[in-house]
Amino acid sequence: MGRTLYDKLWDAHLVDQQDDGSALIYIDRHLIHEVTSPQAFEGLRLAGRSPRRLNANVAVPDHNVSTDPSERALEGYSGVADATSRVQLETLNDNCNDFNIPLIDLADQRQGIVHIMGPEQGATLPGMTIVCGDSHTSTHGAFGALAHGIGTSEVEHVLATQCLLTKKMDNFRVVLDREAQPGVTAKDLALAVIGQIGTAGATGCALEFAGSAVRSLTMEGRMTLCNMAIEAGARAGMVAVDQVTLDYVKSRPMAPTGEQWEMAKTYWRTLHSDADAVFDRELVIDASAIEPQVTWGTSPEMVTSIGGTVPTLDDMHDEAGRKSLERALDYMGLQQGMKLSDIPVDMVFIGSCTNARIEDMRAAAAVVRGHKKADNVERVLVVPGSGLVKAQAEAEGLDKVFTEAGMEWRAPGCSMCLAMNADKVEPGKRCASTSNRNFEGRQGFGGRTHLVSPAMAAAAAVTGRFTHPAHVEAL
Amino acid sequence: MEAFRVRSGLVVPLDRANVDTDLIIPKQFLKSIKRTGFGPNLFDELRYLDPFDEAAPSATRQPNPDFLLNMPRYEGASILLSRENFGCGSSREHAVWALVQFGIRCVIAPSFADIFKNNAFKSGLLPVELDEGVVDRLFQQSGDGEGVNLTIDLDTQQVTLPDGALVDFEVDPFKRHCLLEGLDDIGITLQREDAITAFERNHQRTQPWLFNEVKL
Repeated sequence: MGRTLYDKLWDAHLVDQQDDGSALIYIDRHLIHEVTSPQAFEGLRLAGRSPRRLNANVAVPDHNVSTDPSERALEGYSGVADATSRVQLETLNDNCNDFNIPLIDLADQRQGIVHIMGPEQGATLPGMTIVCGDSHTSTHGAFGALAHGIGTSEVEHVLATQCLLTKKMDNFRVVLDREAQPGVTAKDLALAVIGQIGTAGATGCALEFAGSAVRSLTMEGRMTLCNMAIEAGARAGMVAVDQVTLDYVKSRPMAPTGEQWEMAKTYWRTLHSDADAVFDRELVIDASAIEPQVTWGTSPEMVTSIGGTVPTLDDMHDEAGRKSLERALDYMGLQQGMKLSDIPVDMVFIGSCTNARIEDMRAAAAVVRGHKKADNVERVLVVPGSGLVKAQAEAEGLDKVFTEAGMEWRAPGCSMCLAMNADKVEPGKRCASTSNRNFEGRQGFGGRTHLVSPAMAAAAAVTGRFTHPAHVEAL
Repeated sequence: MEAFRVRSGLVVPLDRANVDTDLIIPKQFLKSIKRTGFGPNLFDELRYLDPFDEAAPSATRQPNPDFLLNMPRYEGASILLSRENFGCGSSREHAVWALVQFGIRCVIAPSFADIFKNNAFKSGLLPVELDEGVVDRLFQQSGDGEGVNLTIDLDTQQVTLPDGALVDFEVDPFKRHCLLEGLDDIGITLQREDAITAFERNHQRTQPWLFNEVKL
C-alpha cells in the first residue's frame, strides 16, 4: 500500500515504537528562541545534562525584541527599554554561550522571526523533522518536512535526547483544486480552509495541502499556508517536494552542496504522497471560488469573504453558537449582519511569521504605491520578517513606498502579532493584521484584530476600511 | 513533577469553547525566565478589571467580581470544567504552569488542542476528555447551589460524578504511567540511548547533510 508524505517522514525518523503506540522519533533540527527556552536550559543545568547534538540547533531572538529602528541601532540589548525583556534576551545569549548552541544574535543581519530565518538560511530542509517551542513551527512543513511546535518541557527533552516522545497523528489531506483567482493569496486559502473545517477541524492530524492551487504557490505562499495549519488544529502542515522546493533550497547557506546536494535531491524527490496512499480524512475545495478573506470575530474560524457580512444569531445552529457569536461581536464592537466592507480600521499591521517574507512586502507595496495612509488610520506598522527581507525590500525601494505613504518601516521581529514588545493595539482599537491569531487580547489588551492577507491589509491602510485590493486604483 | 493519582476537588465551570492559551496566560507574562510565579496572572484579562501594569504592585489591582475564579463559592477549586478545543493556539507551556500554580490539577473538557494536552502531562496537570452530554450535565450542576465536587482517579481512569456514578476516560498509557509516578521522561528516554545511537548512525549514513556543522 502506498504511503502518505507524513507516513514517509514518520518512518524515516522512527527510533523506537512501543506496543502502546507511543514512539520515539529523531529530531533533525531544533530551532530556539528567547521565550520558550530559558526554563528548558535551566532544567538541563539542574539535572546536570547537556545538549546531545549541538549542530542540530539554531537559536535566534525574535518574540521579545524591539522593532524600533532607533532602539535597534544601539549596541547589544542596551536599546531594549523593558528590563524584564532585556533579561530574557540576554539569557538566550548566555545559554547559547554556556552550552555552545549556534546563535544568530540581534545585531546580525540574518536575525529575524525564527520561522523566516530557518528557511532563508537553509536550516530548514526537505525531509527533516523540525521542532521549536512555538506553535507556528508548522510553517517549515512547506518544504516537505515534518515540523511542529512543542512545549518547553519538550524543548528540554529534545536538547537532552535529540528525540521526541510522541504518537503518530492521523493523515488529513486538503486538496485545493483548480487555480485561485488573481489577488487571492495563500493567506486567503488558509483562512478559507479554517473557515470550513474550524479551529479544531484538524486536531490530532498531520495536514497535507495538495492540489493545483497549492502546486502553483511559491515557497513563500506554501509557508503561509502551512503556518496557518495550527489555526485549524493541526500541529503539522505540509506540502510535497517539487522543483519549486528544490529551486528555493539550492544555494541557501546551510543547504548541502556538491555530491551531498545530488544525494539529497534524489531522496527529496521521493517526498510526496504516493498515488495509492490512503488518508484518514480528505477534503476537496474549489480554490477558484475563494475570495479574499477577512476574519470578523475572535477565532480564525470566524471568517468570511470581503464581499460578505457578519453572521446573525439566526445563522447559528445551537445555543453554544449563539453565545459565542454574541461574545465575539461584543468584544469586536460589531453588529450582526454588517457588511465587512463597511468596517473602518484604526491600525494596520503587516508582518509576522505568516506574512513578513519578501513577497508579502512586495504584495503590500504594490497596493500602497502612490497612495497615502487613510486619514482615519492612526498607525501602519510594516515589520519585515528578517534583516535579509528588510535589506532586499530596501534594495527594491519598498521601504520608501511605505514611508512616503505615512507608514512605519520597522526592524525585524514578531512585533504586533503577539505584542510582547511595545508594538500593541490599544484597547478598543481595530487592527487589520497579516498575522495568524485574532484571539481576545492577542495584539494587546482590548485590541480588536481582523486577519487578512498583505494585499488586503495594504488596501485597508489606504482606504481606511476593508476593501478588495483589486478595487484600489493602481498608481 | 508532582504525581497525580486520585484527586477530589471543587469544579469551577468556565463555559466557553476554544479557550486559547493567550487567554489562559497573556503574553506579557511570558517575559519571565522562570518556571514559577504564573498563578496570580492566570486568565489575567478576564480576572482583573484593570490591565496589568508592571510598575504597579499586584495587590492594588481590581479583581473582576463577575469572573468565576474571583467568586467566593469557587474558592479552592482544583478542577476546571470547559468546552471543546481547550488550550488551542500558542504552544506556551506557561499556560499549564499558570493553571497548576493557581491550584488547578485537572481540566475537564470534551476535547483539547494537541500541544496543550502534551504540555499538561509534562507538568502534572491531567486533561480529562468527557462526552459533551456529561460535560453539559456537569455545567448545569456546577452552576447550581453549592457547586460540584468530583473525584478523579487516574489509576482506574474514572471520574466519580456527584450522584456517585462512575464515568470512564481515556488516557495515553505512557503518559498515564509517567503522571501516576511523577516521572521525568527525559530520564526514561535516556535509557534508550543505544537505540538512539544506532538510529543516528544509520541516519547519518543515509542523509549525511543533516549532520553538517552549523557555521554561522
